[in-house]
Amino acid sequence: MMKNFAIDPRPSRRRFLQGGAATAAGLTIGFHWNASVPKFTSAAHAADGALAPNAFVRIGADNTVTVLSKHLEMGQGVYTGLATIVAEELGADWEQVRVEAAPADASLYNNLQFGPVQGTGGSSSVANSYDQLRKAGATARAMLVSAAAKEWAVDPAGITVEKGVVMHAASRRSASFGELAGKAAALPVPAEVPLKDPSRFTLIGTSVPRVDAKSKTNGTAQFALDVKLPGMLTAVIARPPVFGATVKSVDSAAAKAVPGVVKVVQVPSGVAVVAENFWAAKKGRDALAVQWDEAAAETRGTTELMAEYKALAEKPGTPARNEGDAVKAMAGAARTITAAFEFPYLAHAPMEPLDCVVRLEGDRCEVWAGDQFQTIDQGNAAAAAGLKPAQVQIHTLVAGGSFGRRANAASDYIVEAVHIAKALDRGTPVKLVWTREDDIRGGRYRPMYYHKLTAGLDAQGKPVAWQHRIVGQSILGGTPFEPVMVKNGIDGTSVEGAANLPYDIPNLSVELHTTKVGVPVLWWRSVGSTHTAYSTEVFIDELAHAAGKDPVEFRRALLAHHPRHRAVLELAAEKAGWGTKLPEGKARGVAVHESFATYVAQVAEITMQPDGSVKVDRVICAVDCGRAINPDVIRAQMEGGIGFGLGGVLYGELTLDKGEVQQSNFHDYRVLRIDEMPKVEVHIVPSSEAPTGVGEPGVPPIGPAVANAVFAATGRRVRNLPFTRDQSV
Amino acid sequence: MAVSFVLNGKPVTLEVDPEMPLLWAIREFVGLTGTKFGCGMAQCGACTVHVEGQPTRSCSTPVSGVEGQSVTTIEGISGKAAEAVQAAWQRIEVPQCGYCQSGQIMSAVALLEQTPKPSDDDINSAMSGNICRCATYVRIRSAIHAAAATMEG
Repeated sequence: MMKNFAIDPRPSRRRFLQGGAATAAGLTIGFHWNASVPKFTSAAHAADGALAPNAFVRIGADNTVTVLSKHLEMGQGVYTGLATIVAEELGADWEQVRVEAAPADASLYNNLQFGPVQGTGGSSSVANSYDQLRKAGATARAMLVSAAAKEWAVDPAGITVEKGVVMHAASRRSASFGELAGKAAALPVPAEVPLKDPSRFTLIGTSVPRVDAKSKTNGTAQFALDVKLPGMLTAVIARPPVFGATVKSVDSAAAKAVPGVVKVVQVPSGVAVVAENFWAAKKGRDALAVQWDEAAAETRGTTELMAEYKALAEKPGTPARNEGDAVKAMAGAARTITAAFEFPYLAHAPMEPLDCVVRLEGDRCEVWAGDQFQTIDQGNAAAAAGLKPAQVQIHTLVAGGSFGRRANAASDYIVEAVHIAKALDRGTPVKLVWTREDDIRGGRYRPMYYHKLTAGLDAQGKPVAWQHRIVGQSILGGTPFEPVMVKNGIDGTSVEGAANLPYDIPNLSVELHTTKVGVPVLWWRSVGSTHTAYSTEVFIDELAHAAGKDPVEFRRALLAHHPRHRAVLELAAEKAGWGTKLPEGKARGVAVHESFATYVAQVAEITMQPDGSVKVDRVICAVDCGRAINPDVIRAQMEGGIGFGLGGVLYGELTLDKGEVQQSNFHDYRVLRIDEMPKVEVHIVPSSEAPTGVGEPGVPPIGPAVANAVFAATGRRVRNLPFTRDQSV
Repeated sequence: MAVSFVLNGKPVTLEVDPEMPLLWAIREFVGLTGTKFGCGMAQCGACTVHVEGQPTRSCSTPVSGVEGQSVTTIEGISGKAAEAVQAAWQRIEVPQCGYCQSGQIMSAVALLEQTPKPSDDDINSAMSGNICRCATYVRIRSAIHAAAATMEG
């Protein structure tokens, strides 16, 4: 059942997840889930001579092993990771393994951490699939062994399976998977199968090559943007300049006069121009004259909003965690320290802007997308199309990044495309393309937040009290997740990383003010930890400094009950040579943070530049994600998480003036480039714990690690993000 | 209006709006989709192709601007530098989401064709116009150095 966040402040998306029946029922209503979606019926649908003992693995007569991924591959390496787990238990040769996206089907492919939803997020893919896919692979292996035993009339106990070969050493017989698949398919699927002892793993823990490395090196990988169907049209949408405005009137004459423009269609989010190709659609949109009704629009700017947030932070908020008596302990402390932090709105800005293809034909709807919330998108597409979810087929393609943007409960871009398709001749496929400007100005941002922290130290410099107030919008508010996931007024995504502060401080209070703002917000790679790791890890560093203690030692002493935090902290510090002297002008900073049950510590080495900016030279990263499925993919995710997080804290900022977003493309929404990327050294803690995710947890520590290094170099604390706002850096 | 140029070694003539960016002409009228759309204003490099061997942002180059010229896309690259780069990209497993990688590779190949043994500064100059939101930059740099070593060896 759902746990009380105040007692067990676990990260949010995972929580909505562990839900029992109550969660399932609540979400079902919200999302039009329907259990009657056609099932992938293994053997019955398998091609001749193929073995498909479950929904996750298919072995063809041609000896290929196809693993069906219920999760979206958006760069995080999940196709490779999931296939590795299946192949390990199956005993496959890595060369024979292929990966396909599974169809949308909540009854077969739900994320076990999300309850009845098929979706990818919260760094949960490997974590929720590990046991499931081990069993899937082991089942297929058992059936191949049974088929071989029957065929050869030998005891199955004498049969081994290795590197894609089924072998009976005593009788010197062997067969490929393909040779046995058809015979195995005729056998009953065993309910219980033995799993390998992890000491015998040959693929898990090794860095097998990514299954998508080649197609992503020669231009053949298929993204939604690359889908081409007969008769397909392309659409772009003119959306209002401020959030919440609606169309008052449209003059589409000039747009329709653009050669290639086929139709101008009003949709709930704006006005779509549909054309024979992208360029005509875009020129058509440029020629549109739309009058907007801004009566219900959000017209505040970010400066006004931040002023409101600051005022709110002076008042008590809703408790997210309350231990001891922070107020009393603060009053009795030898000294108190206060700091406030400002965090801007951030866009995800994946390299592939949002796009999808929709075709409505007869009583069916097909969607091609880098689809992250398959069954939610299926339900929303069905509702928009006036169909049942079972009539919506989702073709999940690889996505050109997401960082959370494609995972939204409203299925915004898919619903838009369905509305456009409804206005076209039945059967006409339409590709909806968001331009970069649409992406940057289109909302669903990491919310803006204000944090205020106060701590009390005793005479020995030990923290005795900690008060943390967070002010900002709820990501879950107004979504179908809200009734089941927001508990006692606390959206867990607003406080995760703060409410579960690992440090041993006896009197601790974390409070939340949830604001109502008409700017749509969404989870952004590592969600709450994008801001809570920054404020808590910079502030703990301030306390260490105030106490006259070394920042690593200070943290270590407070992590007695959190050995995994402490272990990554010690490992990163050791590998970074913490405490050794650096050349003049260089400095180090450290941060440690857990997100999605993965523990990461990073030490950043920086050089202050003559112009006052900061150059991050090197980052030493230690990660504990339980059993490492693919160490090279883990390293890649840490490297990428560091780069993504660093760009965010150094440059990322969206500002609004009178409700209008001021940035529009990469020239004014700056992201990290290669010359700003530090060297990265990743150390993985050896572990036999259950594997946890790595897509997000590399992000949170980098900001505070760099900020703490800047303090070490300059004595200045960067408390207002991005760094470019702070004149000293 | 008809625009004629050489694409991946073959002459093509397209009946398109001359203002149409080369990117969309290649993607939608020729059907080569390895070249990607990322920003539409030459800020991200996802659309990088070679025009007469020079790395060029096809999203901001009108198709009429390449009349009579030779254009190469990810589908058409060949030669020592291209082979070394693509092999290094796979061996070092540079791509994550992969969307920007055609552009990254086109910029890297052009760099190595002109500067066979690039320094880190050369790499910064040649590659800082190519954004990767997955931040695969550490591996892009390693792969370019590795490709340079292959070409030398």
